[in-house]
Amino acid sequence: MALSKNQQLLSKIATNDRHGENSPYFDGWKAYDKNPYHPIDNPEGVIQMGLAENQLCFDLIQKWIRRNPKASICTAEGVHEFKNIAIFQDYNGFKEFRQAVANFMGKARGGRVTFDPTRIVMSGGATGANETVMFCLANPGDAFLVPSPCYPAFDRDCGWRTGVQLIPVNCDSSNNFLITKAALEAAYERAQQDHINVKGLIIANPSNPLGTVLDRDTLRSLVSFINEKKIHLVSDEIYAASVFSTPSFVSVSEIIEEMECDRDLIHIVYSLSKDMGLPGFRVGIVYSYNDAVVNCGRKMSSFGLVSSQTQHLLASMLSDNEFVDNFLKENSKRLAKRHSMFTKGLEKVGIACLKSSAGLFVWMDLRRLLKEQTLESEMNLWRVIINEVKLNVSPGSSFHCSEPGWFRVCFANMDDDTVEVALERIRVFVEKQQVKSKRKFQNNLNLKLSYTPRRYDESVMSPHMMSPRSPLVRART
Amino acid sequence: MRHLSTKATCNSHGQDSSYFLGWEEYEKNPYDEVQNPKGIIQMGLAENQLSFDLLELWLEKNPEPAGFKRDGKSIFRELALFQDYHGLPAFKKALVEFMAEIRGNRVSFDPNHMVLTAGATSANETLMFCLAEPGEAFLLPTPYYPGFDRDLKWRTGVEIVPIHCTSSNDFQITETALEAAYHEAQQRNLRVKGVLVTNPSNPLGTTLSRSELNLLISFITTKGIHLISDEIYSGTVFSSPGFVSVMEVLKDRNCDETEVWDRVHIVNSLSKDLGLPGFRVGAIYSNDDMVVAAATKMSSFGLMSSQTQYLLSALLSDKKFTKNYISENQKRLKKRQNMLVMGLKRAGISCLKSNAGLFCWVNMRHLLRSDTFEAEMELWKKIVYDVRLNISPGSSCHCTEPGWFRVCFANMTEETLDLAIQRLKDFVVEHTANGHSKSNNSSKNSKRKLLPKWVLRLSSRDRDHEPDER
Repeated sequence: MALSKNQQLLSKIATNDRHGENSPYFDGWKAYDKNPYHPIDNPEGVIQMGLAENQLCFDLIQKWIRRNPKASICTAEGVHEFKNIAIFQDYNGFKEFRQAVANFMGKARGGRVTFDPTRIVMSGGATGANETVMFCLANPGDAFLVPSPCYPAFDRDCGWRTGVQLIPVNCDSSNNFLITKAALEAAYERAQQDHINVKGLIIANPSNPLGTVLDRDTLRSLVSFINEKKIHLVSDEIYAASVFSTPSFVSVSEIIEEMECDRDLIHIVYSLSKDMGLPGFRVGIVYSYNDAVVNCGRKMSSFGLVSSQTQHLLASMLSDNEFVDNFLKENSKRLAKRHSMFTKGLEKVGIACLKSSAGLFVWMDLRRLLKEQTLESEMNLWRVIINEVKLNVSPGSSFHCSEPGWFRVCFANMDDDTVEVALERIRVFVEKQQVKSKRKFQNNLNLKLSYTPRRYDESVMSPHMMSPRSPLVRART
Repeated sequence: MRHLSTKATCNSHGQDSSYFLGWEEYEKNPYDEVQNPKGIIQMGLAENQLSFDLLELWLEKNPEPAGFKRDGKSIFRELALFQDYHGLPAFKKALVEFMAEIRGNRVSFDPNHMVLTAGATSANETLMFCLAEPGEAFLLPTPYYPGFDRDLKWRTGVEIVPIHCTSSNDFQITETALEAAYHEAQQRNLRVKGVLVTNPSNPLGTTLSRSELNLLISFITTKGIHLISDEIYSGTVFSSPGFVSVMEVLKDRNCDETEVWDRVHIVNSLSKDLGLPGFRVGAIYSNDDMVVAAATKMSSFGLMSSQTQYLLSALLSDKKFTKNYISENQKRLKKRQNMLVMGLKRAGISCLKSNAGLFCWVNMRHLLRSDTFEAEMELWKKIVYDVRLNISPGSSCHCTEPGWFRVCFANMTEETLDLAIQRLKDFVVEHTANGHSKSNNSSKNSKRKLLPKWVLRLSSRDRDHEPDER
């Protein structure tokens, strides 16, 4: 499409596709937006299972807000602070806010590490934090390695305006999607050969979309890898407190206390959007062990400071230790219950998920429902799930998964009843698929008997399936 | 250090400029009426602290938005989850109506053309990312807001080429200056993508005249480039000639739906007009759908807190409140500006005649030892350390003429302003008596003092003409 005269006056960034919004990840959302499920008003609508939100603990936060009117600058108890808060635009942020966030981050890691409030740098959500870190660490054209499958918007966040490229390091189910040093080395070498300057590795731990936590050994090997190559490690830990069973979460901040490491290479990205369920409040944090990055990041935070009104509220809330301890405990409990309810429901219909202990979603294995082990098949299945089953789930390909057939399904952004409805729809769908494939097999067999032999679909065939001339078939016809 | 990006290790964030150094000195020794009466008075911060009582009164009368309630029901959950980069519809509607009200409803704005950002800082940077490639340039009239060096250039790689304005015509933008700037950009092999003006101007405190606006529109039409009008001080206009938005002039010229219509973009904020810089409320308004689309996606990097959007949508939808606030605020600003202007006059200091903003553009050229930026820095240091007032030197605003200073008046009490004026008066008296100013050229050579003043004035001008500091 030829650009108009005015369009030619826009930047490349404004007219290219690196914002990633034309990806199918967003098509599901669009289908949901057009026809959203509602138990009463629209019971046949699409259930949103593509949104990784934690809606399970609002009651706890609301209770706290009601009991602490001083924390709001708009209540009679708190309005005397209004002026001071409204004029506060210091990019260092409120000291109390930084302390409260550092306190919360420490508690989310079981108190095994403490965080220095002077290293807390604000940003516009984790989205802003990841971009800011890239601006500090890499020049346009430089690259970061990222294990895949990974969060779809990493490419936008890390690369759209920064010009940084992301090089995927493919992980697959052969070893439960673990990142291996060999895979990293291979990716790094390939980049070197292509004359691409690799500046670092970015990981999400706990992982989105897998829901798994990195084990100690893997973490140690990642840290030694980056130390060896003298490149950066950015650990996106936004799901740190969304862990509900074992194995438990180990943060890179713990690892560097246990082994030799150049701390100038270690950076953590954090947010309250997942762990506290407050994405609307735009609280992103860059925590770097590198002083220059803290300084630079702080200046850059001018482009995405947290509203002082929000800082004030959260400073109060997160320094209430009783509240925080109870919240973390209760949140884990509720996530565990919901995760169990959902995975057990899936098991009943023969659907397995990757074993996980964290996150707001499961990594569902639908490979056996694919016609072929191809991307196209995955997309076809996905469209069926959206349009017929009426569930917005996210296809693995949108997470750059190299193995077709995996889907990320969110479970924490709805109530129990809706989960039941979703499970019921899945059950119906799976049973229909089984009938279909039985019928298809039978039809194929009938054809086989009346016509000359022809090839079967590979996915329909399985090792135990009988040949056309087996005694069973004869019995059926 | 070599592990980090160039952006992290260069200094184009501009924080080494004197604009920020003054702030640092203030931070070390801040004035407090009771705790530190000899401290530095902050006059380098363009904040509006005059009308908080009006806001506080509104809050007292409207407890619902405070408690995350609407019609008695809690909407906390809704707000906590709301991260749609299209923004809260009620807030955008209220904001465009507020913008229109400030412009006397002579123009109206479509909420679908507005993009919310975390402050004007983010809005300006985002527009650069949308409109220019690294290495391309925008023309800006000098003097300009020192933060532009960071906001427009730092992470975007865009260059700023100055349009030189001088006191000879009260710093108005002329066609000659525009063409000269364009030419300079070409000499430097920079492709010019647009012009960015601040209207009302920071640091001048003046509004752009209709003829300047017409000139700008003709200029960008001829050159086929963009115009960004940073109108964050539009609500601080307190006297005539009154505020004329670029949108009005475009309308008057029947430019709606023409190509140039799509190349004019406005930046807005509530940091100055409502005195709420902590809340990070910024907005980009553009008639170009592609710019709106791209900027909306980019706003993901700096969205407004939903908590804040909700509070302000309730505040700004209250038309009785906004009408009263706008007029009362302007009254108070006018009174305060007048206080500063008269006080300076009594000290023998004049200001550029201004009708807007939270500051005055003060003429201290006669206090300079010589007509140089070196002398300006010398004077500035004296004012910061000896007089203990943090004011902003013109050089930090890229002014081509030494001796001008931006002095803020709306971020303190009346008593503090009185004290500041008194300190300045005392300083001027002492300064002149000791022969520090140009008219009594201070020199270690005492013989020079015996020469007639006019000889000294002449010789100092010839000798000390130094190249501009940037």
